Amino acid sequence: MSNTRLPGWLSASREFLIPLLALLVLMAVWEASARLFAIPEYLLPSPSRIVEDMAAMGGQQLGEHMVATLRTVLFGFFLSIAVSFPLAVLISSSRLAADAIYPLLVLTQSVPKVAIAPILVVMLGPNEMPRVIVTFLVAFFPLVIAMTTGLLAVPSELIELARSCRASKLQELFRVRLPFSIPFIFSGLKSAIALSVVGAVVGEFVAAERGLGYLITSATAFFKVPVAFGAMLVLALLGIVLFQLIVVAERVFFPWAAAEERR
Amino acid sequence: MIDIKQVGQVFGAVGNGGVRALQGIDLTVKDREIVTLVGPSGCGKSTLLRLVSGLVAPTEGSIFIRDERVTGPRQDTGIVFQAPTLLPWATIVENVMFPSTIMGRADEAARRRAKDLLKVAGIADFAEHRPRQLSGGMQQRAAICRALVHDPDILLMDEPFGALDALTREIMTIELLRIWSNTPKTILFVTHSIPEAVILADRVVVMSPRPGRIAEIIDVDLPRPRDFSLSGHPEFQRCTGRIRDLIFGEQGARFDVEH
Repeated sequence: MSNTRLPGWLSASREFLIPLLALLVLMAVWEASARLFAIPEYLLPSPSRIVEDMAAMGGQQLGEHMVATLRTVLFGFFLSIAVSFPLAVLISSSRLAADAIYPLLVLTQSVPKVAIAPILVVMLGPNEMPRVIVTFLVAFFPLVIAMTTGLLAVPSELIELARSCRASKLQELFRVRLPFSIPFIFSGLKSAIALSVVGAVVGEFVAAERGLGYLITSATAFFKVPVAFGAMLVLALLGIVLFQLIVVAERVFFPWAAAEERR
Repeated sequence: MIDIKQVGQVFGAVGNGGVRALQGIDLTVKDREIVTLVGPSGCGKSTLLRLVSGLVAPTEGSIFIRDERVTGPRQDTGIVFQAPTLLPWATIVENVMFPSTIMGRADEAARRRAKDLLKVAGIADFAEHRPRQLSGGMQQRAAICRALVHDPDILLMDEPFGALDALTREIMTIELLRIWSNTPKTILFVTHSIPEAVILADRVVVMSPRPGRIAEIIDVDLPRPRDFSLSGHPEFQRCTGRIRDLIFGEQGARFDVEH
């Protein structure tokens, strides 16, 4: 199998190298124009200034902010998975459940999450919980939709095959429907992890004493724009790394699913 | 072996916008007999097969296998669909073992049996491949192996070679006969190919549409083992000619009536 996987890894590194190159060029242009046109640093700090100020803040402090945000992202993300899976199974298993649950799901999505966050802080106290819940609320919807779509996309022949082998409902779910929906689930997971980062930052904007979102609000409050920019870049990096982890996990554990998606 | 008694099938409400797919079907299939069902589309031949498989319950009459009334899928039947319907995430050998897995008997013996079947079907080298790496014909071979893995007495085949190209189709038909001569089974085989129906069958059941019913049952008196070189045989000519008359004669008649 290794010889068939190798081109996959090669193309993965190409997928990685070209965007990196583009990013470096962008940075160079940014740095040059910031110096050339003498743009004030509270409007657009140069990359070198951002790095300088972030370094001045110290690695340990930055690490603490990063870990705080990462915790919220991951808790929210895993909570999304834990809630989405049973919901998707329920929705896909009966028309009645689908009719009952879908409107509620749409309702949770039509309420702006920034509006819910302060209410959650009052309800749950100024701790990590409201941030995790906000992250979950932002991230879980596409996951439920993707999982449900996957569970319902199973061709009727496969279901007939399972039934002709006298498979129970549970076997049908775990041996046919669930494996079949893995490519769908992974596309849902990719949206969910990206949205988890968004959700965590929204949560931190409203109530936090640590985290990259908090760092942005507190830095801008004191016109430390380079630090805010730095925090933003670290957030972007965090998002990319988490997203790529999911892509890699799919290719390693479910190579057939990754192939199916690229088809 | 299989007794189909006065079976009728109506989809939707009877007499109230329902569609009658089958009417008054009486058919007995003997042990180790190959019976093919042939007819124009809409004659209910696939529906009849699904009724025998127990996937669908008949609205009228009843079906018996070994004098037991069919109420759901049974362990002594294997089914092959038009599409290979292999699980894309499983290897070929895992796919073949699927019925054993569901029945909780995916042991070493089942694996050995699956491998033996793959050998008979000529795709043993692909046991550890995924379905997408195989051609359509090879996938369908795997699907046939899957239907045979729990050693059923009855094989139900719903246009199994319908999606294959003409050449592969002939090869597969002969392959099926070869497998059958090694391990004889009772086979109920749905097809819309008249030569395929004749070359396989001990008896050909010709069906007519709207509502689906049996037009005639034709005994095929051809020597076995068979292959397509027999298509020049007078008996082959007689059978295919008679089937053509039954199918196209009737459609012509309908044409006259409708216009």
